[in-house]
Amino acid sequence: MKIYLNEKPAEIDAGMTLAELVASMKPDADVRIINGHPVAAPDILLQQDDRVTLIKRGEIPSFEDLEFLLTTRHTPLIHQQLKTKHVGIAGVGGLGSQVAIALARSGIGSLTLVDFDVVEPSNLNRQQYFIDQIGLPKVSALAENLRRINPYVKVTAHCEKVSEMNLCQLFGTVDLLVEAFDDAGQKAQLCRSFLQHFPDRYLVAASGMAGYGTANRIATKRINRRFYLCGDDTSAARPGHGLMAPRVGVVAHHQANAALRLLLNLEPETDNDDPDN
Amino acid sequence: MILTINGQAREINQVGTLADLLAQLQLSPERVVVELNGEILCADQLGANALSPGDKIELVQFVGGG
Repeated sequence: MKIYLNEKPAEIDAGMTLAELVASMKPDADVRIINGHPVAAPDILLQQDDRVTLIKRGEIPSFEDLEFLLTTRHTPLIHQQLKTKHVGIAGVGGLGSQVAIALARSGIGSLTLVDFDVVEPSNLNRQQYFIDQIGLPKVSALAENLRRINPYVKVTAHCEKVSEMNLCQLFGTVDLLVEAFDDAGQKAQLCRSFLQHFPDRYLVAASGMAGYGTANRIATKRINRRFYLCGDDTSAARPGHGLMAPRVGVVAHHQANAALRLLLNLEPETDNDDPDN
Repeated sequence: MILTINGQAREINQVGTLADLLAQLQLSPERVVVELNGEILCADQLGANALSPGDKIELVQFVGGG
């Protein structure tokens, strides 16, 4: 009789109980899930095609196991492509911290994070940090959070300010850069420098996300073949019109999705070229 | 003269350079990425190149927040 054990097909004898399976396959499992439901009583009889997940709390899966688990929830070919890719993130505040997490969950191979800020209490309204990380350099705190999500993403963290001088050294090997700064002048400056220095790399920038107006004005726009802009273009952060988690998160995830599509050779602005649509 | 700005043909008069164009459109040069005929320009190049009829210009203006 066929069942699925931790996502992999397994042949077991008909009439086997969960307790017998645990004893033979993973005696130290303390969490047992059948078809999505945690099971307390171990003498339950297993059925054909049951999906059984056995977990030992606190145990970190091996690279191979985690990769297999991620691959089963992605399209396998896509996972294979993404794990060879390297994305740079300039600024890890409201945008960058969320882009990094979305890309790590998607199985990106490498991330380079650059920011000179430390986590402040006022950041917690929209940035992916925790109260016990206040005072830490943001890139260190984010590297730790990413490690807790997917320890097999290669993360390089630089706690420094991006400038014309160090741009090539910091981002020289990325396939794609995500612009995730806060200040409008610095955003434009980074985009100019990156586009000039790296004529063959992709850039995904963001502009316009403050307040709590409708999120339906937020879009991904193609500027040219390798330069894309996410946001509503107009909603500037200013006193009385602050940055809030939902719209900043929508823009960050537009950026993450545009990055994934570019890395998979798909057009971010439309999905006309996508065989699934 | 007719310039193509962000994909739209526009009649623009009394501008010699991109710096003049940004001033006329009331755009701050520091916050704008300017592409002239497919080439990204530095902020200090905006006053240097004379515009010609038919030039294709992309202006990407950034607002603060992130």
